[in-house]
Amino acid sequence: MTAAPSAPQRTPAVPRREVRTLRTAVGADPARGVFVALALTLAIGWVVVALDGGQLLNQSSVVSLLHVATGLGLVAAGQTLVILGGSLDLSVGYVVSLSTLIAAETMNGSDSRIGPAILLVMAVSVAVGLVNGFLVATVGINAFIATLGVGLLLKGYLENGYDGPAGSTAPTLVQTLGYQRVGPVPVAFLLFLAVAAAIWFALRRTRYGHHLVAVGGDAQVARLSGVRNDRVLILSHVLCALCAGLAGVYLASRLGSGAPRVGVESFYDLESIAAVVLGGAALAGGRGGVVGTVGGVLLLASVDSVFNQLDVDAFFKQVVRGVIIIAAVALYARRRHRRHRERNGARS
Amino acid sequence: MVTIRSETAESGGDPPLLELRGITKAFLDVRVLHGIDLDLRRGEVHAVVGENGAGKSTLMKIISGVYPPDGGSVALDGRPVSFRSPRQAQSAGVGIIHQEFNLLPERTVAENVFLGHEPLRRGLVDTRTMLRRTAELLDAVGETSFAPTARVGGLGVARQQVVEIVKALALDARLLIMDEPTAALADHEVELLYGLVRRLQERGIGVLYVSHRLVEVFDLSSRITVLKDGRRVTTVPTARTSQDQLVRHMVGRELAHYYPPRAEPGRADEVRLSIRNGANDRLRGVDLDLRAGEVLGIAGLQGSGRSALARAVFGVAPFTSGEVRLGGRPVRLRTVRSAVRAGIVYITEDRKGEGIAARQSVLDNALLAGRAVFPRWAGRAARTVRVRELLAAVEVRAAGDQQEIRFLSGGNQQKVVLARWLALSPRVLLFDEPTRGIDVGAKSAIHDLVRRLARDGAAVLMISSELPELLGMSDRIVVMRDGAVAGELPAQATEEDVMGLATGAVRGEPR
Amino acid sequence: MTAEVTREPEGAAARPVAGGVVRGRLVRPGGVLPIVVILALLLVLIAIQQPDFFQPASLLSFLGRSAPIIILAAGQYFVIVSGEFDLSVGSLVTAQVVVAARLIDSDPGRTWPVVLLLFGFGLLVGVANGLVTTTLRVPSFITTLGMYLILVGAVYLWSDGAPRGGLSDEFRRFGRLAFEDVPLLGRLPYALLVLLAVAVLLLLFSRSDAGRTLVAVGDNPRTAELTGVRVGRTKTVAFVISGLAATVAAILLGGYSGVSFQAGLGLEFTAITAVVLGGVALGGGRGALLGAMLGALTLETLFTLMNFYGVSGALKSTVQGLIILAAVSVGALRRR
Repeated sequence: MTAAPSAPQRTPAVPRREVRTLRTAVGADPARGVFVALALTLAIGWVVVALDGGQLLNQSSVVSLLHVATGLGLVAAGQTLVILGGSLDLSVGYVVSLSTLIAAETMNGSDSRIGPAILLVMAVSVAVGLVNGFLVATVGINAFIATLGVGLLLKGYLENGYDGPAGSTAPTLVQTLGYQRVGPVPVAFLLFLAVAAAIWFALRRTRYGHHLVAVGGDAQVARLSGVRNDRVLILSHVLCALCAGLAGVYLASRLGSGAPRVGVESFYDLESIAAVVLGGAALAGGRGGVVGTVGGVLLLASVDSVFNQLDVDAFFKQVVRGVIIIAAVALYARRRHRRHRERNGARS
Repeated sequence: MVTIRSETAESGGDPPLLELRGITKAFLDVRVLHGIDLDLRRGEVHAVVGENGAGKSTLMKIISGVYPPDGGSVALDGRPVSFRSPRQAQSAGVGIIHQEFNLLPERTVAENVFLGHEPLRRGLVDTRTMLRRTAELLDAVGETSFAPTARVGGLGVARQQVVEIVKALALDARLLIMDEPTAALADHEVELLYGLVRRLQERGIGVLYVSHRLVEVFDLSSRITVLKDGRRVTTVPTARTSQDQLVRHMVGRELAHYYPPRAEPGRADEVRLSIRNGANDRLRGVDLDLRAGEVLGIAGLQGSGRSALARAVFGVAPFTSGEVRLGGRPVRLRTVRSAVRAGIVYITEDRKGEGIAARQSVLDNALLAGRAVFPRWAGRAARTVRVRELLAAVEVRAAGDQQEIRFLSGGNQQKVVLARWLALSPRVLLFDEPTRGIDVGAKSAIHDLVRRLARDGAAVLMISSELPELLGMSDRIVVMRDGAVAGELPAQATEEDVMGLATGAVRGEPR
Repeated sequence: MTAEVTREPEGAAARPVAGGVVRGRLVRPGGVLPIVVILALLLVLIAIQQPDFFQPASLLSFLGRSAPIIILAAGQYFVIVSGEFDLSVGSLVTAQVVVAARLIDSDPGRTWPVVLLLFGFGLLVGVANGLVTTTLRVPSFITTLGMYLILVGAVYLWSDGAPRGGLSDEFRRFGRLAFEDVPLLGRLPYALLVLLAVAVLLLLFSRSDAGRTLVAVGDNPRTAELTGVRVGRTKTVAFVISGLAATVAAILLGGYSGVSFQAGLGLEFTAITAVVLGGVALGGGRGALLGAMLGALTLETLFTLMNFYGVSGALKSTVQGLIILAAVSVGALRRR
């Protein structure tokens, strides 16, 4: 860069030196919107709760907010990868449930079996991810149907084998991952942040990350550039399932046992997709990032928290969620449309 | 940096950079290439021309490793090679720039340039090296107007083309195939590309230049190979041939035979469509009269407002001020629908993107406009009969009208689009590059049709970038420049007249 | 040159080859042949285990029971073929059933006004889905997902967490009752007649100009727009049809199985699955309404088959998932 400024600049719109880091479309622009929304939500929420005579961000509410964010966040972090690649995963809810059961049943209340339990969860998650990835990338089934089908397979297994909670999570894991905190911040939330950071790093600094965004952006371009699209997509599905498995381990620690319906009752499949899209990602792939997803997750969790504090009906919360999701995406769509028009206008 | 292998001169001279001998290829028993020979020297620009279907694309795909040849040999630097994938060809130094851009608009220039072969350091993408090398490559091709960190989607088409070329160079390409590289470029952008190609040439890179535009071929190449029906007709030094001669080689007949006779003078009288002071964000002060029975040619450089004019009349991007009269009566053409209802139809230049519904049948495509704008239940059968007659009349070749339109050739697709509009008995037809990407045979069929429509009383406006076509078809020619009418020329005008007005070298007299 | 201009001797120009129309419709991508084969296969398996199934009475009551999901799939077909998704239909069914129960409150006199109101509500939801998707440019996956959350939340909210009121017998008869002692057929469920009426209506629509235009919109909205199609309005019509179909399905389901918050649970996925099984491409532009309805019938047949073969109720979804994946995989691999 510094070596090459000799040539005269024809249109010095962007001075080269200023842009040394790779500030790419991933994460940068749309993510800002979701954090603005988050700040607004917290500010308005704080005022409203204060008028109601409460305090929005007290110790217990922050803790529960972060716990809500952790479960959804782990799933959504993985979902980000598949959505970036132009796919999606509707089986995550069942993978979460299944993982709580595998973890809790394998541990069966014994600390010594934490290791094997986690390994087993990971192995099963990888297997599910491989199946998803194979169906989507190799066979070429629409991701919606493929992962829905795999979800149904798992659902049948769960409903056939379990009526209610089963197994028992190792006490150490419950104490640490489930309940231990650093100040108001649960350890599990830190784990979520670590996962998000790892994904963020992978997207920027690994070939896999670069290739994934390319596959989602334009599969044909990626292929002609020498990217092995199917491998990239399969790996993404595996990582997504692994994240869901991790969420399962966390929930097992939180609940103390395996819960066959926890993933579905929490709407993790659709909510994780909503969180990713709230973070500015395009459902069609190729645009978005994990930073935005973290924002989307925190936004959903905050709305939750505000309404909890106000003692608002749980169902009203859901209505508001629906409205927020649609409104946010409408805003993104509007902004992008305007930018698109400007660019086209400039062309001729 | 681009490395150029220095070859020690052997006795008898260097082997050529690329040498093809007797390349043959067949798809499903249909021979598309019959023993093609071709060679390319270092630093040479070798043009390959021919009609659609002559086998140019197939040949290029064989060189770049997309298809293996059935027979014959490919040698790079005198060494025989056989690529089994584009990846292998790339690593051997063969780069290809496709007709459509192969770029990700949401990513940066550097990320696009190194997609698929990102430099690694300790297993991680070495972004610093990526940026540095991209900057070096951009400098090497003389491009300094944007940074490696710029988002590709924010660059103009010409600069995207540069990124595309740099992307090929990043793979140390010694041989660059450019397949219709100017198809998407405006004329001033083409100049930029010329400079770039010459620079590549100076660096010793061999360029295979595939183009329909003979002007470019003559400007850039040192030798020209003509393909026809999968055979090599000839290879000639550019200095020793002419455009006429090339066209004869390509189509096997004289240029003048293309065009049907014009309207008899005096036949075109009734002003069908008149525009006064039409303007929108692309157009200003457009005055235009289109008469029944005439073919009015619209000339102009890319971006001069030619298409914008047709699209304004058709209600796609309507005029925001000014007056449009149809048959003497003022009309408001705010939407496509209102234009179609008024009897105006538009045949788009982007057939694939906005002309056809690819997975619908031939019949459904032909019925689309009638169904959309004049839906009815009772007269459906009669309409279908009429559309079938029209499909037959324009001589669409298909395996039945239930065949999906995407399986048809470009020319036949265009005929289906035409039948779609003819079914509405339009009074004004706006043709935007009606023969782009269509082979010569279908082209003259469409020319005949256009002329016949005018003879039967329709008012035809025809936009074309191909000056011979425009001159051969039009009764009058209106030249656009910078969103306004630059002047009007009679049918006897020359290419020079048109270019003079289009570029602003000659001032048109105010009308 | 001339070869292109003159007519081919075999008269290939724009003349449908004899039988081409029929054959094309069955075999070409998006045709109904594959789903017919699958359905026939399942019926054979049923015949082996339970020949009684094919007695008119049981067959008709099976068809009547299948009516709601077939109607839902038919509505979903129009949305999918126009290039969109409707994830809100399941929640809409639930909402309609719960709303109906509360408003009717077991008073037969209110039945008809409430039914009218339900249709109005279904129409409103469809219009909202359509307008948000087309004018605000929100991907329909998100629009209808949001609508789903809104409807589920609103309905719980409105009824304070437990369904209240009750449906009148008048209301329930569509889903429950039948014409008894019909000659030859025996018992003819009202639901089946409703299904037939809806099917005929929608089939006619799908053959109409508007219906054909809808498919073209799903294939290439740009082309459609430049041909004078009002793309936004066309897609909105598709969402409205889906909303109205969900209303009919809700009336039948409410009648058949009564009021519950679970009335429409997961039906959006079942409907989409049925449509895809019927050969309709997600993303739009390809597929037949008949295929979508047969897809739904096939799913119902599958459930019945599993009953006959004594598959535990819980394992049903596993088998369902397997069949779907197998069918769709075969389709995907064949397209290669």
